[in-house]
Amino acid sequence: MRPITSLRRHRVAGYAVVLLGLVGAGAAYTAVAGQPGTAAADASPVSRQQIAEGQALFARTCASCHGMHAQGISGVGPSLIGVGAAAVDFQVSTGRMPGKVTGAEMPPRPVVFSQTQIHALAAYVASLGGGPAIPSGDQVSPAGANLALGQQLFITNCAQCHNFSGAGGALTSGKFAPPLNHATPTQIYEAMQTGPEAMPVFSDTTITPAQKRDVIAYVTKVRGQPDPGGFSLGRVGPVTEGLVAFLGGIAVLIFAAMWITMKRRES
Amino acid sequence: MSTTEKALEGTGRFLDDRLHGASGLNRFLRKIFPDHWSFLLGEIALYTFIILLLTGTFLTLFFQPSMTEVTYHGVYTPLDGVRMSEAYSSTLNISFDVRGGLLMRQIHHWAALLFIGAIMVHMLRVFFTGAYRKPREFNWLIGIIIFSIAIFEGLFGYSLPDDLLSGTGLKITQGVLESFPIVGTYLSFFLFGGQFPGHDIIPRLYVIHVLIIPAVLLALIAAHVFLTFHLKHTQFPGKGRTNANVVGAPMYPYFMAKTGAFFFFIFAVLALLSTFAQINPIWLFGPYNPSAITAGSQPDFYMGALEGALRMMPNWVWNVAGHTFAFNEFIPALLPLGIIFGGGAMWPFIEQWVTGDRGEHHILDRPRNAPTRTGIGVAAVVFYGVIWLEGANDVIANHLDISLFLTTWIARITVIVGPIIAYWVTKRVCLGLQRKDAHLLEHGIETGIIRQLPNGAYVEATRPVSENDEAVLISRTGLPPLPAPAADEEVPAKSMRGGMGRMRLALNRVVTEGIAAPTGNGHGEEHANGHGEPAAISGQGDQGRDGQDSGSSS
Repeated sequence: MRPITSLRRHRVAGYAVVLLGLVGAGAAYTAVAGQPGTAAADASPVSRQQIAEGQALFARTCASCHGMHAQGISGVGPSLIGVGAAAVDFQVSTGRMPGKVTGAEMPPRPVVFSQTQIHALAAYVASLGGGPAIPSGDQVSPAGANLALGQQLFITNCAQCHNFSGAGGALTSGKFAPPLNHATPTQIYEAMQTGPEAMPVFSDTTITPAQKRDVIAYVTKVRGQPDPGGFSLGRVGPVTEGLVAFLGGIAVLIFAAMWITMKRRES
Repeated sequence: MSTTEKALEGTGRFLDDRLHGASGLNRFLRKIFPDHWSFLLGEIALYTFIILLLTGTFLTLFFQPSMTEVTYHGVYTPLDGVRMSEAYSSTLNISFDVRGGLLMRQIHHWAALLFIGAIMVHMLRVFFTGAYRKPREFNWLIGIIIFSIAIFEGLFGYSLPDDLLSGTGLKITQGVLESFPIVGTYLSFFLFGGQFPGHDIIPRLYVIHVLIIPAVLLALIAAHVFLTFHLKHTQFPGKGRTNANVVGAPMYPYFMAKTGAFFFFIFAVLALLSTFAQINPIWLFGPYNPSAITAGSQPDFYMGALEGALRMMPNWVWNVAGHTFAFNEFIPALLPLGIIFGGGAMWPFIEQWVTGDRGEHHILDRPRNAPTRTGIGVAAVVFYGVIWLEGANDVIANHLDISLFLTTWIARITVIVGPIIAYWVTKRVCLGLQRKDAHLLEHGIETGIIRQLPNGAYVEATRPVSENDEAVLISRTGLPPLPAPAADEEVPAKSMRGGMGRMRLALNRVVTEGIAAPTGNGHGEEHANGHGEPAAISGQGDQGRDGQDSGSSS
């Protein structure tokens, strides 16, 4: 028998082929699917020219759902009058807007506009009826914030949806709370202030601007810190730990047991 | 005789004169163990338990089981200035200040997961091979008790650090206690010493976790291992293996070397896991606060089925005469695991009743040769597995982009339909494998060589199976028909005529379903009928085994 034939007829050949196929399919999917990107935003003063630019952009890319004057189209897109610059900046800088398909929630996608364009859009929408402005760098800076208070505020107000470490979680009816791993301090601030998608608004009377800074400080501090115990396993709690216990523990030990008992004493 | 040997002999005689241990030790060292990888699964549980005792002892030196509130000013700065219980702050100290503390905590936790995981896999092995059959029913029951106690041990252990997840788990435990009709609130106040969470619960759980349950577990595990020794280990069918012998290698040196090596393997895997994979990062959860909850609040995997049962249960709450009956918690807390544990405990006796098979069994069944048992086992695995997965439904929904409510409905339907399909499919697969075995015995192994005869016909060359394979293939002895006529009585038992008797007969027809027993087995003249009744039932019975292991020891 040729060596290749004996390999092909080996007991585990079938399993090996299936495994190879699965791994190949997974790798191909990962390569095709790609990773969503993000962008940071910073506030800058508003000019008439900016508003005009924003209006032109709006007419081109937003009006089909939100109406020519951002008044909203019933059943398609909500009115944007009064939502404020912060809401626009959050939605567009996270890639949620311009949206492509309407589902339970607008998923974050690659950002399509530049910083300047986003600020122009935000200035235009803000000019229609006020609303919360894009926070300044000082307002979102974690420097000198109270981490301990931030921890308590985060665990009490945010963790029930975003998970204890900001890894995200599922909500009802197909909605979800996104992971906070890539959110910029500005985006976190804007989200608290404007309550995008299923998120409630945490107004300045509920969580004061100083406390918002504490929350931002805690989120950015914890997500950046190393995991002293080894690989984080996604920081999603005991589910991945159970998986690892079976795949990395029990399965490995079963292979060890097979190896140990492979060589038998002739009886 | 060299001087060394003389010295050894002197010491040995000195000890034996005082301990009278030589003959017992001799028998112990010559004990025969059959070799198969699946016989080592229970050892994973045994050795992780030893590692749990050692690491647990280390942790008690630094852990403070106290609910006294303190303000944290340790090295973990994100929690600097947060008020927390001493239990939580001392766990932080173990993780960040005590040298090797985090590693010990992680070994302890990973070992706990592996302990219960190994128990589950070991139980499945014992079930699917029929190793629980007479005379080992008591050991099976002891195993089920160990399993259930181990789950409580784990729950109480991860409740001790008083972090957000463990507090959430305790709150659910308290809710389940309160859901017991009539006595619920009393039970809850009794355990917690007042309102939830109170100050008593952590010290109480601590005593239960480090003292009471480990002592009980130790005693039960000792009994379990002793019975395994005493009743001798089962073996898979093979050449020269009978119901009256044990074929394998002696304890010393073969089995000792293997089991010793396996201990180091287990320790190594645990040490590697604990070094490279973070488990239960309580500093990220923060101290327990009854007003807070986190997404992805899951228990450790062995409690997952309870969590899942709670999540899939419809919200049934009755108010009767001022009393609340919280069936939305009471039923999921008791019913699914009640079916698994209760059913598991009763199964050996149910099987004996249905089959009428009262003989001793030291040769294991191949799962395919007991299609009904294998089908029921797989159905139970699917039932448990669906409930268990539902316990992580939010993580599954989030990562697989499925609607959360949809996962619950999928689980509610599959938990009923899944086991039925699993039973049917498994049984058909088993019968198919039996057919394949019979074909192998009768026609031999296909060689892939086709010969053309002088008259032009093609024939395929086959070669007969090896002697050992043949011994494995003919091991399917089938089951004796019901009603089993007792030795002193020839009339069918009166009990077979009533309703229970008819049910027994109907069940028996299901259990004995199988294809005709293979004919190439040397008893070929006793051709079996369509119900797969035994070609030969010899060696199944009560000849028992004498005290000596036959085999290679003498």
